[in-house]
Amino acid sequence: MKILFPFVAVMTLIIVVVAGVQFANLQFLFGVIIPYAALVTFTAGIIYRVIKWAGSPVPFCIPTTCGQQKSMPWIKQSKLENPSSSLWVIGRMALEVFFFRSLFRNIKTEMREGPKVVYGSDKWLWMSGLAFHWSFLIILLRHFRFFSVKVPYLIHVIESLDSFLQIGAPLFYMTDAVILAAVTYLFIRRIALPQIKYISLAADYFPLLLILGIACTGVMMRYFTKVDVVGVKQLAMGLMTFNPVIPNGIGVLLYIHLFLISVLFAYFPFSKLVHMAGVFLSPTRNMANNSRMVRHINPWNYPVHVHTYEEYENDFREKMKMVEIPVDKE
Amino acid sequence: MYDSGKIIAGLLVFVSIIAFPFVYNIGADIVKPEPKIDTPVIQQMAVKQCVEPKEFMRAEHMQLLNKWRDSAVRDGNRVYVGSRGDHYNISLQNTCMHCHSNKKEFCDSCHNYMAVKPYCWDCHIAPKENSL
Ligand code: HEC
Ligand code: HEC
Ligand code: HEC
Repeated sequence: MKILFPFVAVMTLIIVVVAGVQFANLQFLFGVIIPYAALVTFTAGIIYRVIKWAGSPVPFCIPTTCGQQKSMPWIKQSKLENPSSSLWVIGRMALEVFFFRSLFRNIKTEMREGPKVVYGSDKWLWMSGLAFHWSFLIILLRHFRFFSVKVPYLIHVIESLDSFLQIGAPLFYMTDAVILAAVTYLFIRRIALPQIKYISLAADYFPLLLILGIACTGVMMRYFTKVDVVGVKQLAMGLMTFNPVIPNGIGVLLYIHLFLISVLFAYFPFSKLVHMAGVFLSPTRNMANNSRMVRHINPWNYPVHVHTYEEYENDFREKMKMVEIPVDKE
Repeated sequence: MYDSGKIIAGLLVFVSIIAFPFVYNIGADIVKPEPKIDTPVIQQMAVKQCVEPKEFMRAEHMQLLNKWRDSAVRDGNRVYVGSRGDHYNISLQNTCMHCHSNKKEFCDSCHNYMAVKPYCWDCHIAPKENSL
């Protein structure tokens, strides 16, 4: 059920576009209105989520650290793992965002004969996660070719590095193979490992299947069932210049691709995918461990009426004296 | 909102990234490519047609060239039989570019628009054209 539902959902999305484009001529809806609506939803949704997070106070200084904190001058501090200043927090954050540092520490636990619990390194998730995210980024940047007339030099550099094997025509991009392999692994991992399967929900399978659908349609358009690429660029440029055009005969595959991407964008801010923004707002990562140097004021603190000993004594001085309790002030 | 300075800075970066493609294209003059087929060879043809139907060529010419290359260089087969049954000598320079001798106005008009630069011309010789 947890796999079936997202699978049926993605299939339904595909059937909806195919039907809409083939039989109802809804090219303008799927090619212009939905992409714009998805982009607006994405942008507004992320801003909404970030502002909502920013409204929650962080009551304690709670960085999760994994190295020697700043201490005596003769004890070496592990600055990246346990930063005490903003500069090193940025360094730590960069490692997290670009290289998934904390996932690198992922370990597996096994019960061996004995019975004995053993811990071992487990880098597969880290490796495939890294492969997936980086190839996704490179593919996204490469697509800028469709969205600009004067394509920036950097995009050409990325393209030529990605295609430097020079296999076939149009040239084969390595990231296309990497993303398919990585997403497939991430999907199989969820069904093949019983523990992971147990904790996986429909919301875990859906984005994976969606991204798999996007990557597959993209790969199909580039290498197998071709579409009119010049028409695709005309459509994209129309969107970019708010001058939408629907060129004839692009091929339904492009509309499937575009619709699945629109769904991904619109779904993004309201799902686990929003970790893209959330990683920057994680107090366990973005705080410096400086609680010995700087007092963290809990923003929840409000002025509480305190009854000091002095006031207490003022209230009861006479009675205290009567039973011979010593008092501070006579 | 806590840390509003940092939050707003971050959101500004986010919004600029989204807006970048739109801003980048402001004022760009978009010329829709119109590949010209008015070369001397094509003008002399009774039926002006390519080795395969136009729609196929438009979308699949790279794949076709790849097939041609493999067929000539790997299998030594230099004859291509088109879907209409006519025979062509497999050659980039002597067949494609014989008809499409206006590479700059034909191939390059699409390729510049798409920002693709086929590396074929590193080795193969492009037809000599008067206009630059
Ligand atoms: C209708 C426009 C159009 C015309 C005319 C055209 N091309 Fe292309 N060509 C394209 C597009 C679009 C691509 C890129 C497809 C892509 O990026 O997936 C391409 C790609 C190629 C590639 C593969 C390049 C690569 O690096 O992947 C080759 C080779 C090629 N064209 C050769 C030619 C030759 C030779 C001619 C002239 C005889 C020609 N093309 C005319 C549109 C055209
Ligand atoms: C490294 C140099 C080099 C590059 C780059 C190159 N070729 Fe070639 N190509 C050759 C050589 C050498 C031959 C063999 C010529 C022969 O045997 O007649 C050849 C033959 C061919 C042939 C068949 C024979 C003929 O006369 O055309 C085709 C078709 C062809 N290449 C297409 C391409 C295409 C398309 C590209 C770009 C995607 C390309 N080549 C890039 C060197 C190159
Ligand atoms: C016999 C002459 C001839 C040869 C050889 C030839 N072409 Fe063409 N090509 C044409 C003509 C004529 C057209 C226009 C067809 C039409 O308008 O229906 C055309 C159209 C095209 C188009 C589509 C242009 C558009 O406006 O969409 C492409 C791409 C193309 N040719 C590439 C090639 C490539 C690549 C080769 C070599 C494999 C080649 N042609 C060989 C004559 C030729």
